[in-house]
Amino acid sequence: MALVTYTKPRSRSRFTLNGWVVFSVIVAALALLPVLTIALTAVGNTGTLWSHVVANVLPQATRNTLTLLIGTGILVTIIGTGTAWLVTAYSFPGRGILEWALLLPLAVPTYIMAYAYMDVLSPLGWIQDTIRAILGYSSPRDFRLPDIRTMWGAIVLFGFVLYPYVYLTTRAMFLTQASNLVEVARTLGVGRSAVFWRVALPLARPAIAVGVSLALMEALNDVGASQFLGVRTLTASVYTTWIVRTDLTGAAQIATAMLVFVVTLILLERMARRQQRYAHSAQRARTMTPTRLRGWRGWLALSIGSIPIVIGFLGPALYLVLAAIERVQFAGVSPYIVRATINTVTMSATATLVVLVAGFGVAYAARLRPGAATDALARISALGYAVPGTVLGIGILIPVAAFDRFVDQSMRELFGYSTGLLMIGSGAALVYAYAARFLAIASGGIEAGLSRIPLSYDHAARTLGHTATGSLARVHLPLSRTALTAAGLLVFVDCMKELPATLLLRPLNFESLSSLLYGEAARGTYEEAALAAVIIVAIGILPVIFLARTGRMSQSSSAAESRL
Amino acid sequence: MKVSLAAAVSIASVSRRFGAVQALDNVSLEIAQGEIACLVGQSGCGKSTLLRAIAGVEDIDSGALALYGHPVTASDVFVEPENRNIGFMFQDYALFPHLTARQNILFGLRKLGRKVAGERTDQTLDRLGIAALADRYPHMLSGGEQQRVALARALAPQPQVMLMDEPFSNLDSRLRDTIRQETVSVLRSLGTTAIIVTHDPEEALSLGDKVVLMRKGKVIETGTGDAIYTYPQTAYAAEFFSRVNRIPARRSGDWLDSPLGRFAAPCGSSGPVFLYVRPQAVVLDEAGIAAKVTRRVLLGEIEEVTLAVEGLADPLVMRTSERCGVSIGGDVRIGVNPDHVLVFADDESARAALPRG
Repeated sequence: MALVTYTKPRSRSRFTLNGWVVFSVIVAALALLPVLTIALTAVGNTGTLWSHVVANVLPQATRNTLTLLIGTGILVTIIGTGTAWLVTAYSFPGRGILEWALLLPLAVPTYIMAYAYMDVLSPLGWIQDTIRAILGYSSPRDFRLPDIRTMWGAIVLFGFVLYPYVYLTTRAMFLTQASNLVEVARTLGVGRSAVFWRVALPLARPAIAVGVSLALMEALNDVGASQFLGVRTLTASVYTTWIVRTDLTGAAQIATAMLVFVVTLILLERMARRQQRYAHSAQRARTMTPTRLRGWRGWLALSIGSIPIVIGFLGPALYLVLAAIERVQFAGVSPYIVRATINTVTMSATATLVVLVAGFGVAYAARLRPGAATDALARISALGYAVPGTVLGIGILIPVAAFDRFVDQSMRELFGYSTGLLMIGSGAALVYAYAARFLAIASGGIEAGLSRIPLSYDHAARTLGHTATGSLARVHLPLSRTALTAAGLLVFVDCMKELPATLLLRPLNFESLSSLLYGEAARGTYEEAALAAVIIVAIGILPVIFLARTGRMSQSSSAAESRL
Repeated sequence: MKVSLAAAVSIASVSRRFGAVQALDNVSLEIAQGEIACLVGQSGCGKSTLLRAIAGVEDIDSGALALYGHPVTASDVFVEPENRNIGFMFQDYALFPHLTARQNILFGLRKLGRKVAGERTDQTLDRLGIAALADRYPHMLSGGEQQRVALARALAPQPQVMLMDEPFSNLDSRLRDTIRQETVSVLRSLGTTAIIVTHDPEEALSLGDKVVLMRKGKVIETGTGDAIYTYPQTAYAAEFFSRVNRIPARRSGDWLDSPLGRFAAPCGSSGPVFLYVRPQAVVLDEAGIAAKVTRRVLLGEIEEVTLAVEGLADPLVMRTSERCGVSIGGDVRIGVNPDHVLVFADDESARAALPRG
C-alpha cells in the first residue's frame, strides 16, 4: 500500500483563526460602523452641545414621525389583515388574481407613490376636473378636494402602498394555522363572522405585528414622499439638515433620535417573531376551506378587495405609463434617462455582487465554525435592514469623508497628487451603503439555501481531499445557485429603488433613476421622472412575482421572509 | 520501516464533550493494518463521534489520534481532513447531487491528473461492477447502487484507512446481506484497514476482525466476534449481543442456587449475582424443573417459547430450532445447559464462566 506523508500538519495554538471567520468579522465590523458612528455622536453630544438647529427641529420632527407611524400602522393593519382574511376565508370570482395582485403595491416605492398622486390629485389634475364637472363647479376656487400635501395625505398614501407587508405575513399565518382552529371554534358554537374576531385575529396578532413593524421600517426610511408632501419627519430633517444646511453634526444628532424608533421597531419585530414560532410548532399546515360567496356578494368582495390594488398600484402605474408615453412621444428618450439607467444598473449590480459575496462568506463561516460567536457575527452583519437609509447614509458619510480627506491629504503631501474624494467620488461609498442596508435580505436566503445542503456533503468533500474553500466552490456554490439567484434578485431591486442613501452618498453629477426622479419632483418639473418611475416599478415587479409564487406554496420562502 | 510496525489507527485517551453529553470518555484503541474493526453500540454511544474524530471532521477535547504512527489530532497538531488520506462513507452516502457517478468518483482524484484519474475511475467502477451507472446522477440510482457508488468514491483515492458510518443501514434487509459481503470482500482484497460503525449487533459480529463495543462514550469491550459473543466480559456485552434471561441467584458455598437449579459458583465473586441464560440454553428435559407454557411464537427457522417458572418473577424465554410440540397452557419440564450460562455480579463488573457440571 502506498504510504503518503501527511502534508501540512498544522501546529495549532489555543485560538485557531479561520479565514472565513476573519472575513465574517470584517463584514460585521463594516456593517456596525455606520450605526456605531451615529450612536457615538449621540454619546459625544449630550446636553448642552445639541446644536441650535436640532433643538428647533427635533421636537416637531419627532411628533410628525410619531403621527405618521401611528397612522400608517393603523391603516396597514386594517387593509392588510382585512384583505388577507378576505382572500383566505372567502371564495369569490377573481379571488385567485386578487391573491397575488394584492402584493403589487410592493413594487411601488413610497416616493413614486407620492410623486404620482401629487400630479393626479392636484387641483388642476384630471380627477378634480372630473369631479368638478360632475358636480357643476367651474373653478378650483369653488371646489377642491382636501390637499394631499398634508400629514393625512401621507398617511393614506403610505397605508395603501405598505399594507402588503401585513397582508403577506398575516395571510401566511391564516393559511398555515387557521384551518383547524377555525373548525374547532365552529364546533364550539362560534358563529361564522365571529370566528374572525374571536379566533383568526388573536391568532394572527404576532404575524400582524411582524408585518406592521416591517411596514413602519419602510415608512421611517422614506425621505422622498415626506419631502414631496411637505411632512417634516425625522428622516426628512436629517436629509435637509445635511444637504441644505450642510450641518453634518446636526444631521447625525437627529439621526440618533431615529435610532430610538429603529430599536423599538426591531424589538417589536423580534418579539412578534418569537411568538409566531411557538404558534408555528403548534399545528400542521392544512389550508382552510373558504366560504363561497355567490351572486352580488361575490362581486362586492371582489370590488372591496380591488380597492387597495387600484389605489396602491393600478392608479399610479397607469398614470406613470401614460405620462411616460406622452413624454417619449413629445421629446423622445433623453440621454439623461439612459445615463441614469446605466448608473443605476451598474451601482445596483456591483452592490448585489458585494452583498452576495459578503452574505455567502458570513453564512459559510457560521457553517464551518458553528457557535455563538459566528452566530453573533451573522446577526450584526444583518443589522442594516432596519436602519433607515438616511441614518445609514450619514453614518457612512462621516467616517468615509474623513477617510477620503485623510487619503487625499497624505497623497498630496507625499506625492503632490490629489485623489479627490476617493470613496465618495468613485461610488464606493454608495455601494457600501447599499450592501450594509440590504445584506440581511441576502443572508437570510443564503443561509436557508446552505442549510438544505447536508453537513455530510462538507465532510465527504473534505475527506475526498478538498479544502474548505475548495468544497465551497465545487459543492456549496453549485448546490445553492437557486437561493443565490433569488437573493441576488431581491437585493438588486432594492438597491435600484433606494433613494435616501443614494441622495446622500452619490458622487457629484451622478444621477440614478431614483435621484433623478427626486430631483425633478423637488424642482416641480415633471419631465423625465415619469419614465424613470416606470422603469423602477417595472423592475420592482420582478420580486413581487417571485413572492407571489413562493407565497402560493403557503410557506413563503425564507429569502422572501427575511426581506419581509 | 517504522511505519509498518505502528498501528494503522491509534486512539489514545480521546475525550469529547458536547454540552452536558460526554460523547467520548477517555477512549483508547488500536486498529492494526488491514484489520476490519466494527464500532458497535446503541445510538448516542459515541461511535460516530469517534469515527468523525478520526476523519478530522470533528475535533476532540483531549487525547491524541495517530494514523500509521503520524499524529493527526493532538493538543498541538491538527491535520485537516483533506490531508489525512482516509476514505469516509456516510450513512446517507452524501453523493453530490449535481455530479454524475463518474464525476463523484473523480471528485476525490483531483490530485492525480486528468489521465490517471480517469483510468483509476474506470478501474474502480469495474471492480465494483457499476461501470454501467457511470453517467447517471445520484437521484437516478437505487439505494443499493448509490451505496456502491459511494463505496467506489471512497475507495478510488486508495485511502490508508476506510471509515464507514452505518454504511448498510439504508438498505433493505434482503439487499443488505449481499452488499455487506461484497463490501467486505472488496476491502479484504485491497487490504484496506477499515473501521465500520454500526448499531446492529449481528452486523458487528459477522463483519469485523475486531468488535469494539461502546457505551456512553466509553469502550466497554474489545475482541473478536467469537470471543465477545461467547465469552463476554461484561453483563452489558452479554445483553447487547444476544437475548438473555437474567436470573437472580444466591451463593451458598461453592454453589449458586437459583429457581433454575444449582450451578457451580465462579471463584472470586461475592455478593449477589445474576445468571445470564441464553434462550437456546434452555431445553426440554424430562428430569428438569416444572414450567408452564405461556406463549409460543414461530419465527421461521426457530421457535420461541415463553415459560412461567415458579420462583421466577420474569418469564423465561426458550429458543429452539426443533419443533418441540408444546401448546400454550401446557406443562413441561426444562433443563439448562450450563455451557451457555454466564455469571455476573450485580455490579456488572466481574464475569466468570461456569465450570462444567
